[in-house]
Amino acid sequence: MSMTEWLVAILAVAGSLFVLMGSVALVKLPDFYTRLHGPTKATTLGLGALVLASMAYFNFVKGELSMQQLLIALFLFITAPITAHMLIKAALHLKLASAKQTSGRENAEL
Amino acid sequence: MLSLKNWWPTPVRSLFLFLVWLLLNNSVALIHLFFGLLLAWLIPLLIHKFRLIQPGIKKPGAAMAYGLMVMWDIVIANLQVIRLVLGPNKKLRPAFVTVPLDLTDHLAITILASTVSLTPGTVSADVLPLNAEGAEPRFLLLHVLDLADEAELIEQVKQRYEAPLKEIF
Repeated sequence: MSMTEWLVAILAVAGSLFVLMGSVALVKLPDFYTRLHGPTKATTLGLGALVLASMAYFNFVKGELSMQQLLIALFLFITAPITAHMLIKAALHLKLASAKQTSGRENAEL
Repeated sequence: MLSLKNWWPTPVRSLFLFLVWLLLNNSVALIHLFFGLLLAWLIPLLIHKFRLIQPGIKKPGAAMAYGLMVMWDIVIANLQVIRLVLGPNKKLRPAFVTVPLDLTDHLAITILASTVSLTPGTVSADVLPLNAEGAEPRFLLLHVLDLADEAELIEQVKQRYEAPLKEIF
């Protein structure tokens, strides 16, 4: 394997691991509010790494110019925080229960 | 009066649309260049009358530096969150924290809230007014995954993210 192929492989595996961790967070953490942290962060980095892997593969291994993947990253960076914000706002509106050890609940009027 | 401002209202936006169009098509063939130019001119022309006027970026260099810093912080934040996720649930110290804001501009607050959501173990939940009558957004409500020290976190958000944003806008 050449250096670029190694790079692509490492990025792809790292990206998948980050996305996996985001999903683990979604299953494992105690309440809605903490679960939200997984998908907003891990998936951003995971998808970023996958996008880089895809760009490295098409540009250097296949030798085609391909920058389209940048758009995925751009739209993801714009939409991920907004989705998280909408979800948590909805949760606060419905006054979903938070984990017992949560402090500062009075700030959120829970 | 037909001035440059009238038939080409937002040059930077046009350039951005043009680039996005080329990226979407993943090609620089003549037909895409032509269509890209047409759309980049037509769309801003049609919508500029009803868009909200946002303040421009005063320091593009500072904005770039901010972007790079956020990228780096995203990597660090991820490693931290993964460590927390893999640890036992009991050890987590989730909390709601309010961060007082100095920023007044809506776009700047949006960017701050988005940055905070993407970075250090925090998700921004709400922008609260100072009091019931106050219309100005003045507090950012955050949910923190693992809170060690409230004052330190507030200081970090203000120093690291709000201060550069104040300079940019």
